Amino acid sequence: MSQAMLDLLWRSFWETITMTGFSGLISLVAGLPLALILILTDRGGLAENLWINRSLGAVINGFRSVPFIILLVALIPVTRFIVGTSLGTWASIVPLSIAATPYYARIAEVSLREVDRGLIEAARAMGATRWTIIREVLVPEAMPSLVAGFTVTLVTLVGASAMAGAIGAGGLGDLAIRYGYQRFETEIMVAVVAILIVLVSGVQWIGDRLVERLDHRIVKR
Amino acid sequence: MTRHATKFEADVNTQALNIPAQSTKDAQPEAASGDMIVKLSDVRRSFGDTPAIDMVSLSVKRGEILGIIGRSGAGKSTLIRCLNGLERPDSGSIQVEGLEITSLDERRLQPVRRRIGMIFQHFNLLSAKTVEDNIALPLKIEGQSRAQRKKRVAELLELVGLSDKAKHYPAQLSGGQKQRVGIARALAAKPSLLLSDEATSALDPETTRSILALLKDINRQLGLTILLITHEMEVIRRVADRVIVLDRGRIVEEGPVWQVFANPAAETTKSLLQVLTPELPPTLRERLNPASGDDAVVKVQLSGEAARRPFLAELIGARLLHGGIDTVQGEPVGTLFLGIPAHDKAALEKAVQYLKSNADHVEVLGYVSGDA
Repeated sequence: MSQAMLDLLWRSFWETITMTGFSGLISLVAGLPLALILILTDRGGLAENLWINRSLGAVINGFRSVPFIILLVALIPVTRFIVGTSLGTWASIVPLSIAATPYYARIAEVSLREVDRGLIEAARAMGATRWTIIREVLVPEAMPSLVAGFTVTLVTLVGASAMAGAIGAGGLGDLAIRYGYQRFETEIMVAVVAILIVLVSGVQWIGDRLVERLDHRIVKR
Repeated sequence: MTRHATKFEADVNTQALNIPAQSTKDAQPEAASGDMIVKLSDVRRSFGDTPAIDMVSLSVKRGEILGIIGRSGAGKSTLIRCLNGLERPDSGSIQVEGLEITSLDERRLQPVRRRIGMIFQHFNLLSAKTVEDNIALPLKIEGQSRAQRKKRVAELLELVGLSDKAKHYPAQLSGGQKQRVGIARALAAKPSLLLSDEATSALDPETTRSILALLKDINRQLGLTILLITHEMEVIRRVADRVIVLDRGRIVEEGPVWQVFANPAAETTKSLLQVLTPELPPTLRERLNPASGDDAVVKVQLSGEAARRPFLAELIGARLLHGGIDTVQGEPVGTLFLGIPAHDKAALEKAVQYLKSNADHVEVLGYVSGDA
């Protein structure tokens, strides 16, 4: 493999990391509050408001039903408005984040919903405010599961970022399509797939270790 | 040990002036009459069409341990949750330390809840926090500084005997230890009332005894009022001063524990008590003849003064077949099965009459022949 090819692989790798990392971070920061709103406003929640709950649920479902490749194109005006261009790695972070946020919101919602209601009851019995319950009970108790869900989101984003190549975002997926598929360079294809396997396994491994460290529900040997 | 009820000390002292000197026998802080910490009037709460609690009125006196017993589905959980506003009644009045709480919104209930500790059947400890952080949570909610919290947590750990487990996570503890943490956490903010929601139901008998002993200790040492709900008479017997029996949302019986144990009036109470009261052994029961036999089998229930008298000596030829006398709240309460010779009907009748004048309840179950 030529030096030029290696440089290309290296650059694409970093583009993938950039896209996944930033959109992952944004989906975390935006998705977790959305999940909390879904939980709190649900029937029997700490701030029951079914109108907000159903509306937000509908918007999230709406975004989640649009295929990512369509969303990518449909969001071009939005992307252009935010980033100034609709092309390139940074531009792709906008549609990636917008797709990943509702995705993570739903995953985080499940994690938060699984927090034992008895713990919330205990905190209420102590005279805790809603904010205290969120900060001291809901989020810390759901943390292992929230982290596990975030790992899934990141891995999904690695895959989705390949599609972002369609708007010239670069990245490993783009490289695989243009060089490996369209120009029959099997070597590049194999290299890209190998790097992706290592990347995904790495993300998953780190996520699993973190969950293990955060989870105090079972006795460790 | 420092006094527990800080806010209401003045209140208690004024009351103390009005009550006569306490009997020396009774070591625990006697509740001053009229000093009710909780007062419920005609409280009703329904789920759908079925009332979970129906027109319940009761008071909890300061310093007492009140036990509420009932089968599952009797409305105990709903009732105890009404006291700290976790459950809202449909109608009726609930006063906590003189404050009507039924009309309070969630935000205004919070300071009331901080004055009431609660422990749970499944402990409800936060798995992500260490023992010390769990205990410190109510203090954090109160807004205490880190240093204050640390000091108080150390005191509480000592009180429940878990000083060496401060840095452990709940998952590393046994059930009994978890409940001790639960108790320490419930006491952290120096509440004036402790609610216990089936706190020993998930524990084995030995651990149950040690937890109950701890609750009793806390009641005595700190003068803390405790309201506990349970489905086990054994729990009531061990710790409660007064008992309320709940059946299908209604109060069916109420009174000092030893009296209710000695003379249960309601069917529910009798059946709940069955596990504790001696029964005629099956071998003997099978041989019972309803009409005649050598010996009459007489069931005698007795309590208090009657159980202390040597009345058996008066019954010529009577044998003790089975039974026992237990001590409840320092009072003897028992059930005896006696075999009394039955060939002389008049003598038997006289013996039964004699027993009736001494015991709470006397019943001729039948007759047996041969070796009883």
